[in-house]
Amino acid sequence: MQINDEIIDKLSNLAKLEFNDSEKQEIKADLSRILDFVEKLQQVNTDGVEPLIYMNEDVNVLRTDEAKITISKEEALKNAPLKDSDYFKVPTVLKSGQS
Amino acid sequence: MTDKYEPVIGLEIHIQLSTDSKAYSSDPASYGAPPNTHVSPITLGHPGTLPFVNKKVLEFAIKLGLACGCDLRRENQYARKNYFYADLPKGYQITQDTTPICTGGEISFKTKDGADHKVRLTRIHMEEDAGKSIHDQDPFNTLIDLNRAGVALLEMVSEPDIRSSEEANLFVTEVRKLVRYLEICDGNMEEGSLRCDANISVRPKGTKKFGTKVEVKNMNSIKNVQRAIEYEIKRQVEVLESGGTLYQETRNFDAVSGTTTAMRSKEAANDYRYFPEPDLGPVIITESFIEKIRSLIPALPAELFKKYTEEFGLSSYDATVLTENKDFALYFEDLTSKTKNFKSAANWMIGPVKSYLNENAAVINEFPIESSKIAEIIALIDNNKISFTAGTKQLFPELLKNPGKDINSILIELNLIQESDANSLKPYVAKAMAMYPDKVIEYRSGKKGLLGLFMGEVMKLSGGKADPKVASKLVKEALDEGI
Repeated sequence: MQINDEIIDKLSNLAKLEFNDSEKQEIKADLSRILDFVEKLQQVNTDGVEPLIYMNEDVNVLRTDEAKITISKEEALKNAPLKDSDYFKVPTVLKSGQS
Repeated sequence: MTDKYEPVIGLEIHIQLSTDSKAYSSDPASYGAPPNTHVSPITLGHPGTLPFVNKKVLEFAIKLGLACGCDLRRENQYARKNYFYADLPKGYQITQDTTPICTGGEISFKTKDGADHKVRLTRIHMEEDAGKSIHDQDPFNTLIDLNRAGVALLEMVSEPDIRSSEEANLFVTEVRKLVRYLEICDGNMEEGSLRCDANISVRPKGTKKFGTKVEVKNMNSIKNVQRAIEYEIKRQVEVLESGGTLYQETRNFDAVSGTTTAMRSKEAANDYRYFPEPDLGPVIITESFIEKIRSLIPALPAELFKKYTEEFGLSSYDATVLTENKDFALYFEDLTSKTKNFKSAANWMIGPVKSYLNENAAVINEFPIESSKIAEIIALIDNNKISFTAGTKQLFPELLKNPGKDINSILIELNLIQESDANSLKPYVAKAMAMYPDKVIEYRSGKKGLLGLFMGEVMKLSGGKADPKVASKLVKEALDEGI
């Protein structure tokens, strides 16, 4: 699969990342290599093989509805690059509401 | 102008479940805690953490599915919906994509003219809420509170079966009533426990093809759902009538101005790249699990409505008021297990009981008088032991003041027992006739309307205690005697 600038732009937009021109070239090369590798897997005949989604066969692993507090606010905020005493802070985002 | 067009509306309702813990982690799900205190490494999306399905979410989803007549999927899978936003630390929402737990089903309600109306459901699926972004407290940053991140949601999607803003209002009202009856969500739209998005398009009347669909978000009350839809229909018709083009987009409703404004267009829309969630194994729902949950479902408003109108012979208005609120309906259920005068029981509920609740801004669970006492009052009135007025104006207020007091002692204390013994009432009748000899003559010469005057006097003389039925018979007999 040919990775062009358009695909890189779309992916960086979805990932909310920005790349300059030289970074773009590097990523293009990396992604092409990754996709070439995956394409090799495509050569294997998988007719009649169920897709593998889960790493084990457990079903109905359910939890009883019991509330527990396991970490404090201070611990929660500890690794945040930007914060105040109560909140995580991120650069102002235009209100665009996701659901 | 609007008359030339037909609106086509579908609703998406997010139902925040009242579980104790979140959907895929055990941090508390309750509302209103200090910011970022209801979080866990799973909620925060830390590497190496694994989600865990809350069994209660499944139960609640099945409850709602059964109540709406949906098909329940036996083998459930979860999916990741990928997008990057600061209030979603994992970078994806765990939801259901191609395998929603409920498909089909319907919500039915009565329209204003009393007709039955059904709106088909497309699906109901399980997912999780995002955190909260606060944009207006810091000029340079957006503040993030992740208490809500991971709280369990059901998303209900309707078919585009809704044709007016009033129908949308009734649909949301019915859903809210239903989730409250089922006790799976508090239905509080202002706090965001119940959120509604609307997909709205218009098309020339008589055509089959759908117009361009616009999604409207941010309607935090049922009234605003109706207002937003009304505005949006008008806006779309105006654009089309002026020769313009509508774009598929998401618009935000502003409750202050009552208008919608463009939020983001679908062109730049996210590509959510759904794929099966490998961290959560499949959940198989068994028949016995479904049957267990079916047995937990209380009588639902539609069933009670039917019972009250068909079995109890009440009007649809009465039945609607009685079933509006679950606890109110339960009190009535309780009351009607103690009296067979259903009409009178309904009148007591809708009259004195409801007035008391309104005046005191109280809910029925705070109502001080036991249903057995209301049933007793109804029986006293029915047996002519006390008058209706004595029951509502004296006995009832006294009981409100002293709910524990024995009714018989109140009757004696306030002297409320009616005189229905003919011999004790006869002197009043004689006295009343003696007061107006000329009217007696007028009556006897044909002015039958004067009966009321004599009745009034008898009631007055007896201090309001004369049993009106017996008294009226006596008055009539005494007057007619001389003809």
